[in-house]
Amino acid sequence: MSIAIMKKSGPFAHGFTSVQKTMFLVLLALTPATVFNLYLFGWPAILLFIVTVGACVAVEAACLSVAGKPVMATLADCSALLTGWLLAMSLPPWAPWWIGVLAAIFAIALTKHAFGGLGQNLFNPAMVGRTVMLISFPVAMTVWVAPHPLFSAGAPGLVEAFAITFGGNIPDTMSAASALGYVKTELSRGIPVTQSITQMPDLMDMALGYRAGSMGETSALLILAGGLFLMAKRIISWHIPVSMLGSLFLIAALFHAIDPAHFTSGTFHLVSGATFLGAFFIATDYVTSPVSKSGQIIFGVGVGLFTWSIRNFAGYPEGVAFAVLLMNSLTPIIDQYTRPRAFGRTRKGEPLPLEGKP
Amino acid sequence: MKLFPIRGGIHPEYRKDLTSEKAIVAMPMPAALYIPLQQHIGAPAEVLVAEGDLVKKGQMIARSQGAVSVPQHAPTSGRITAVTEVAAPHPSGLPQKTIILEPDGKDEWADLPEPIADPFAVSPHEIHERVAQSGIVGMGGAAFPSAVKLNLGTQKKLEILLLNGAECEPYLTCDDRVMREYPDEVIDGARIMARALGTPRVVIGIEQNKPQAIEIMTKAAAAFPEVEVVAVPVQYPMGSERHLVQAITGRETPARKLTADLGIVVHNVATARAVHHAVRFGRPLVARVVTVSGGAIRQPNNVLTPIGTKVADLVEFCGGFSARPESVVNGGPMMGQPLPSLDVPVVKGTSGILALTAEEINDRPTEACIRCGSCVTICPCGLSPVDMAAFIRKDNLDVAAKLGVMDCFSCGSCSYVCPSHIPLVHYFNYAKGVLRELENDRRKSERIKTLAEVRTIRIEKAAEAKRAALAARKPAPDAAPSGNAGEAKATTEEKVNA
Repeated sequence: MSIAIMKKSGPFAHGFTSVQKTMFLVLLALTPATVFNLYLFGWPAILLFIVTVGACVAVEAACLSVAGKPVMATLADCSALLTGWLLAMSLPPWAPWWIGVLAAIFAIALTKHAFGGLGQNLFNPAMVGRTVMLISFPVAMTVWVAPHPLFSAGAPGLVEAFAITFGGNIPDTMSAASALGYVKTELSRGIPVTQSITQMPDLMDMALGYRAGSMGETSALLILAGGLFLMAKRIISWHIPVSMLGSLFLIAALFHAIDPAHFTSGTFHLVSGATFLGAFFIATDYVTSPVSKSGQIIFGVGVGLFTWSIRNFAGYPEGVAFAVLLMNSLTPIIDQYTRPRAFGRTRKGEPLPLEGKP
Repeated sequence: MKLFPIRGGIHPEYRKDLTSEKAIVAMPMPAALYIPLQQHIGAPAEVLVAEGDLVKKGQMIARSQGAVSVPQHAPTSGRITAVTEVAAPHPSGLPQKTIILEPDGKDEWADLPEPIADPFAVSPHEIHERVAQSGIVGMGGAAFPSAVKLNLGTQKKLEILLLNGAECEPYLTCDDRVMREYPDEVIDGARIMARALGTPRVVIGIEQNKPQAIEIMTKAAAAFPEVEVVAVPVQYPMGSERHLVQAITGRETPARKLTADLGIVVHNVATARAVHHAVRFGRPLVARVVTVSGGAIRQPNNVLTPIGTKVADLVEFCGGFSARPESVVNGGPMMGQPLPSLDVPVVKGTSGILALTAEEINDRPTEACIRCGSCVTICPCGLSPVDMAAFIRKDNLDVAAKLGVMDCFSCGSCSYVCPSHIPLVHYFNYAKGVLRELENDRRKSERIKTLAEVRTIRIEKAAEAKRAALAARKPAPDAAPSGNAGEAKATTEEKVNA
């Protein structure tokens, strides 16, 4: 009787996990927040979303083809889809189409494939795409609009949406400032936080998403729900989100207590900007975050502190993307210094001493 | 009893229900038995029989050779038809020297050594001798000569005999069944082993997914205050010696040391039963319980199999294949070895024969590593498989060695959880093989170098003696050069001595 000869060592059992399944669950977790935001920002947002995601997938396919890698099989891992999705969520919803396309090229071609493809990139592709656009096209990247839910009065129809996304004609009356941007601008004009904050929608509305911002910045609660779902499914662990949110909240609360005129509260920092999206979906990106749990805590704390510092002391109102990229660059070194202690060895790798025995 | 956590580990699909309720059945004697001389770690046994010899069941047909070796016994009565090379139950399928026995169907016992009436009255040495004579090896799969391990008490003060009934490998139920059907034999064997080792305590560790075994063993142990049954959490690889010791005692065995250095010796439950048979009845190890299971086996079962039965015969006894097996594995699915063919014998360390379908193995093409870190989280040895694999892929084995690849015991947890289906264990086995070979080469060349140096010194010395003899005959005008040569020689000699 002949049997197949296995050329590989064991194990001859395997968990039912796959890259595709992991990516799919992340997309599923993002879906409620995405659908709600597409509804809030209407047709222009939907068009930009399609363009950005489509561009990412197309650029991925082109890169794979140039590199001589299997195109369809690799596209099936959904990683480009996820990058495009996150990228779209980090752009101003009414941004012109070319922002999405250029961001996709930076994210997929230059950040991911130039480094060797999936798993090889040092930086988070979506965040590189977004920050390069923000630095290169600061005006287009900071035109925010107040929510105009689909089919509501004053919301652009499909035809107007085409004009906005592909013609770049945003009616002036529709623009609005994001909360973080507003506070920062007011502060630069000498108006203290205590006063400018009263102009903001209350924190509950901000958490729900009825405010200006990119799609991923609004609707913190749906993002939070998606994040908790990922934790329940054990796709992500608590280490990065908790350490990032915790450090951001603590440092913000501390400075708010010391000087409320200049520093917004910890809660404001949590629900504004891309805090939740960053904590659950961006900073937790497997490829660009540390592999060990202790490393992940260091990474999360770093992202939290950098986010707060950039929001308060740098030129940009929002700091999550920059903070994540800064910590990405530290990931290899964090990994190197946070390897777990091997069984039967000291941290230095020496065999443990025999306790109490000659 | 308070238990201690162990790091990492996984919860694979156990699929033990395929055979856990199947009582042990003895299979009929096959037409021929193939008894390899090496079924254990150590030196192969030395043949005592020749073609045509008639042997009785339990008769020694090959004797142990060297300190770490075990004898082999005839599993039944019959005629030796050949002593020849047969494929080994190893992935390589390389031939190894094997005694072929044709059973006569009478199954007649030979004159066995006298039973030891009261093992608790005889010296530990007598028990070692009996176990060594009986050809007993570790039956959990490692197949290390048990007598050698029972001797540890003569060198060290030991506290606990830890009997391993964790059986953490999926599918396998042979230990479970042995504990449920022969609890008294297991406990008696364990007490005899404790006597040989000089340990005052016996702890039997059983995973919680075997509630009947825990109950039955606890009941059987009730009569003996020194024996304690402990239910350990279901967490692969709980059955790893070092991890079981840590779970039960909280003590971590230092790298490159043995659990015996902590005063704890671990033996498998089936080994304890074999010791019971050897000591109480003088019967050597000639058969063992094998779990035959997997989705491709028509009638999965726990089979009392004579040592040397061809896997093909065993599979036939279990109804043959109901589907095409993707792989036939010797042992459990996590740490077992793939069999090169079914024409290899069951040996003393064969705990299971698994015919697994492609769906059960669930192997998929390897994808890129996404650095999810699962392998780091679950590694029970605290290693970083993701990093080690990256360096091994670049053939940078020195760095992999620094990261601890030699500490990996190939439990397979990392490969099991990897979403990219990267064959991590395969990488590590490769690296371990190459590193071991390099180390051997290094030792060898060092030895050759020393020998060469010693030879040079010897030749020099001889030449020196010759010159001295010559100089003695005719008085030399200047003695300086020979003095220099003497100094040089001394330094080389010092080097060798150092």
